[in-house]
Order: sequence, then C-alpha cells, then structure tokens
Amino acid sequence: MKGLRIDNVQAGLESKVILSDLNLYVPDGEVHALMGPNGHGKSTLANVLMGHPRYQLFKGAISLDGESLLDLDVSERARRGLFLAFQYPAEIPGVTVSKFLKRIADLRKDPPKNASAFLTELKQNLAFLEIDPSFVNRYLNDGFSGGEKKRMEILQLLTLKPRFAIFDETDSGLDVDALKIVAAGINKMRGPGFSALVITHYRRLLDLVKPDAVHILERGHIAASGGFELVELLEKDGYEGVRRLSGTVKEAVYAS
Amino acid sequence: MPAEAAVLQDLHQDIKQIGTGYEERFGFAMPDRSIVKTEQGLTRETVLAISEAKNEPEWIRRFRLRSLELFQRLPMPSWGGNLSQLRFDDMTYYAKPTEGSSRSWDELPEEIKRTYERLGVPEAERKFLAGVGAQYDSEMVYHNIRQDMEKKGVLFSDVETAVREHPDIVKRFFGTIVPPDDNKFAALNSAVWSGGSFVYVPPGVHVDIPLQAYFRVNSQAFGQFERTLIIADEGSFVHYIEGCTAPVFSKDSLHSAVVEIIALKNARIRYSTVQNWSSNMYNLVTKRAFAYENAVMEWVDGNIGSKVTMKYPAIFLMGEGARGEVLSIAFAGKGQEQDTGAKIFHFASNTSSVVTSKSISKDGGTASYRGMVKMEAGLHNIKSKVECDALILDETSKSNTYPVMDIRSEDASMEHEAKVSKISEDQLFYLMSRGLTEEEAAVMIVNGFIDPLVKELPMEYAVELNRLIELEMEGSVG
Repeated sequence: MKGLRIDNVQAGLESKVILSDLNLYVPDGEVHALMGPNGHGKSTLANVLMGHPRYQLFKGAISLDGESLLDLDVSERARRGLFLAFQYPAEIPGVTVSKFLKRIADLRKDPPKNASAFLTELKQNLAFLEIDPSFVNRYLNDGFSGGEKKRMEILQLLTLKPRFAIFDETDSGLDVDALKIVAAGINKMRGPGFSALVITHYRRLLDLVKPDAVHILERGHIAASGGFELVELLEKDGYEGVRRLSGTVKEAVYAS
Repeated sequence: MPAEAAVLQDLHQDIKQIGTGYEERFGFAMPDRSIVKTEQGLTRETVLAISEAKNEPEWIRRFRLRSLELFQRLPMPSWGGNLSQLRFDDMTYYAKPTEGSSRSWDELPEEIKRTYERLGVPEAERKFLAGVGAQYDSEMVYHNIRQDMEKKGVLFSDVETAVREHPDIVKRFFGTIVPPDDNKFAALNSAVWSGGSFVYVPPGVHVDIPLQAYFRVNSQAFGQFERTLIIADEGSFVHYIEGCTAPVFSKDSLHSAVVEIIALKNARIRYSTVQNWSSNMYNLVTKRAFAYENAVMEWVDGNIGSKVTMKYPAIFLMGEGARGEVLSIAFAGKGQEQDTGAKIFHFASNTSSVVTSKSISKDGGTASYRGMVKMEAGLHNIKSKVECDALILDETSKSNTYPVMDIRSEDASMEHEAKVSKISEDQLFYLMSRGLTEEEAAVMIVNGFIDPLVKELPMEYAVELNRLIELEMEGSVG
C-alpha cells in the first residue's frame, strides 16, 4: 500500500503517553494538513515518525509504502525517504550550507552524478526559493533569522527530494513573502512519489498549499478528518466547533 | 534506560577510539643507531659532553653551564599539568643520529630517510614549502631552502650552523627573548639545547610559501631540546610551520623547546604548530615573540598529542601599532592534559591583540585554557579580545579556563568570552534526520566546532587535522 500509514499508535516522550489510538493514512501523492490545539501531540507525532530517540512508541505500527519504519533509526528513516522540516532547526556552527547540502544530496536515493550537477541543481533551488547565493557560504542555521531557517528547511527539502515530508509549523513566524516561498517549495514537490503532512495552526499556509485532507489532532488522537471545510469551521467556531463533528468524518476518511 | 542515555552511551563508544591509527602512522620506531649518545640523566658532565660533541664557541658553553645551575635551582611550576610522574633522571639528554646535516634526503641513512618519507615530509616539501628542516632526536639531519629564497638573502639553517656562520645576529638575539631564568624548563633547554631552526628574513623580503621544521623523536625515554630563533627584519614576512611526532613507548619522553621570535618594524610572522606527539610525551615549551612598531605576530597553535602539554605562546607588543594574534586548538583525549593558552603583554600604545582558543576534551582528557593579558599603565588606545570555547564530549572529561587580566592603562578595551558546550541531542537528531549516521553527525559537529581555526592552518595540515579527528572519532557503530 503506497503512502504513510499509522495504525493504533500509542506513543510519548520517554515514559509519558501523549498519543493513543492514533490512526492516520496519507496516500501517495497527497498532502494532508494536521491541525490541533497546542500540547495535544502534533510535534510528538512528528518526532515519533522521524524516530527521535527520546520519543517512545509503546504500541501500534508505522509504515511507509507498506514497509515498517519501527526498527529503523533516525538516519535510516531519512534514507528511506522520510523528511522533517523542523519548527526549531538546530544550529551547526562551522559547517557551511554548501558542504552540508552536498553531503546530504549524496545520501539521497539518486545522488547528483557529479559536483557540477549538484551545483546546477543548487543554483536552481536557490533561485526558486529567492535565496541569495552567498547564503551557502554561511554556517548551517548559525545566526539565521527565523525566516532564513525556514527557507533553509525548504532548501533541504528540494535537495533531498524525500518520499514523505513532515512540516512542523514551518509557517510560524513567517512574513507573507516567506510564507509564499515555503508554500511554493512544498507545491513544487507535489505529485506521485511524494506525500506530506503539514502541521499548522493557521489557514494562511493551507490557502496556498491546498491540502487533499485535513485532520484535527486532539488529546493524542485524530478527533476529526475532512476537507478544507474543517479549516473554515475551525476558523469560524474554533476547536469547539470541530468537536461537534468528531467521530463521524474521521472514520470515513481513514477507511478510504 | 531512557533513549537519551542510550544515544549518549553510543556516542561515548564512537569517540572512545582516540589514538587509533597513531601507532601505525606516526608511532613507529626505527632501530637506535645514534653515533653519540650521553648517558641517562643530567649532570654537568652531560652538558659538557653535548658541548664537546658540538665543538661550539666558549660563550655557548658558558651559557649552558649557567643555565644548568638555574635549572637545578628553579622550582617546578606549582600550577598547570600534572608533572609528578616526570623523572628527569630517567631521560637521555642527547643523541646524535648522523655526522652533520645534509641538504639531500638521499644522503641520509636509509632508516632516517624512510621515517620522513612515511611521515610525508619530502612530499610536502616538493608540493608546498619553501624550505624544510628535519630534526631526528637531537640534531637537524636535513636542512634545505629553495634557491630563489636563498638568493634573496633568506637564512634558514640549524641553530648550530647559525652560531658558526652568523655569530653577530645570533649573539644579538639568542637567549634575550626567553632568558634561561624565565622558568625551569627554559633553563633546562638552555643547558642542553640541540638543534632547532634559525631563520633570518632580510628587510622587505616576503617568503610567500611556508618554511617548515619537522621534529621527530626516535629514541626511548628521551629528551628533545631544540631552540628556534626567527628574525623577520623590517617590512618582511615569513610563515614558519612546525610539526612533531614520536614513537609510542611505555616509558615517558620529554620535549622542552624554546622558541624566540623577533618581528621588527612592519614585519609580519606567522608561526603554526601542529603538535602530535605520542601519548608518552611531556611537552613543556616556552614560546615568545617580540613585535616592534606596526609588526604583526600570529601564533597558530594546534595541540593534538602528548601526555601533558604546557604551552602558552606569548607576544610582547613592544612598538606602537603592533598587533598580536593567538589561535589555539587543543584536543585532550584519554590520559591527556592539554594546558595551553596565550600571554599578551601590551607595552606600547595603539596595540591590539586577539586570542581565540578552542578545545575539545573526551574520554577523561583535560583541556585547560590558561591565559594572561597585561596592559601597562600610561598607554592609550589598547585593545584586546579573548575568546575561549570548549567542547566536552562526555561526562568523564574536563575543561578549565584560567584567564588573568592585568589592566593598568585607562584607555583600554578588554573583551573576554568563555563558553563551554556539549554536542547537543538536538544537533545530532537534526543531522541524522537528513540521513547522516550518528557517528558522521558527531564528527561533523566536532569538525564544525574547530573549523574557524582549522581554516587558518596551511591546507595540508587542515586536511590532516580533519582526518585525525575523523580517525579519533571513528567508532564501533555498524
């Protein structure tokens, strides 16, 4: 079965249970949005999917294109095509962006044939994301503004061309122009062989990305699933409005 | 066990491999074929025997004997690395490997030539260097400089040759920058010194590519005591590099050098060291430079090896407009103490200094920054900046910072920053989420940490240092 599948997952930070009975399926080629109140498990899910060593999976299954991810560590998951755009990317002083991008490009499934192929690709990506070329001589995320860090995440997305990407509040703290660029990066990847989960609080990114489905994560599980109308409902009535729907749409989407 | 602890424990295992590869690449020994060797221990007779083997002028002989008395009288340092296991009586103080110094590698005894080939010295000479000196135990067995440099009047030889051929220059500076009574180890060196480089760059001459000296200890329980004297005349420039290695023996050895540098008006000197002694070496070195009007002195000091290193390259800013810079990188692994730093003395107005120190400690190693900045009273427009960053890779390792600032001038600016960090879980997770293995992620972070300083090293050493760190971080994962 193509896509990312999460079945009956119970998971949390160290011994604390945060997610329970969580089911979610993102088919190949689709981009789904994940919304929900703060502290209900959105970032936990991102970390569990990526395999953060401090997050534990107590039960359940996670698979990508039918293959389980559970026995793989973080780097193995990445090489399987999983990608996480961080809410707070770590700073790595002393490692230049260009050196780092070259290294990770070499680790992806179809690495660039040679240095000049990599450079051509890099230049195109920089132009597409409206990033000044001198950016690549800086140290990775070191002293970057919030907006620069997010663009850097999208630059890595385009460099790695992952099979499945998770965007953990990539839109937070971005101005309108930066938001458009982030959305353009996500949309550029869209198509068969790519799916994504966009974690966000706000409609403004989803207006640009137009998700195929929307899920609400509340109290550690998917409380509602549906289409863009959920985003509109949320904006109008808040999570209370969504709770009235809970349980109905969810099952329908999950079964598809 | 929480997953976090598991990650950190894995990391410990990865970086436990310090010293791996040293034995094969640098730690080998050749049979001892010294043609003159003093008996173990240090007495007046030892000093006289060295003096006689060198057939040197009377003033040097008297300098030695005076220094021996000072050595016997001066106390051991009461601070710094642990020297309680250092046994002066167990060392051999002089070993002469060949009859005289050569200008051709081919004229060297096969085993000595092979040693330097294995260390890559002749190859580096062909590729990057304007001249090379190679010391083997107590003597410079090889010294050569490119003809174009020689024609410009650049002098590059062992110090003994300089004493014979340029006594006027040597007498003027020798022992004036680091006097024998400076400290116990300076006195020791002054008593038994042998070998080292003499460099003189005439006014206005720029030696565009570096000169290098390579110090090799081959004997066991041995003391190497070279002296280096570098004079850059007005408006000249020279970059001098030194490297050093030794075989791995169970008994300890001692390296105690004295380096004296004079940068005259408008001259610039860069002195780069990549110290990679074996883990049985005490490395107790006194290095000092005088920088005159508008001169620039730069020490680039990399300490990777040795058992205990105590080394604080000093700059005396003697003339107006002089500038001093010390870049220091230390790597302290298992059983190692790197007690390093810098000393800057501002003796003139409009002088500035920058000290940047980075240390990495792991596997129980101790890296200490010990530094001093002194600004004399009555001067104006003095600037100094000291920045120390330490990276500690595990719970058993230590990092210390001992900065001393003695600011007597009122028109002065002094900045000091010290930072201690660890490889963070967030950094590892971030890099691994892009496909790097945990080991590669850790190496990338450590290399990144020292990158700003490594960039200052000559290319081949920068590559070597990165390689060494990879080698030392090479782990059991997989």
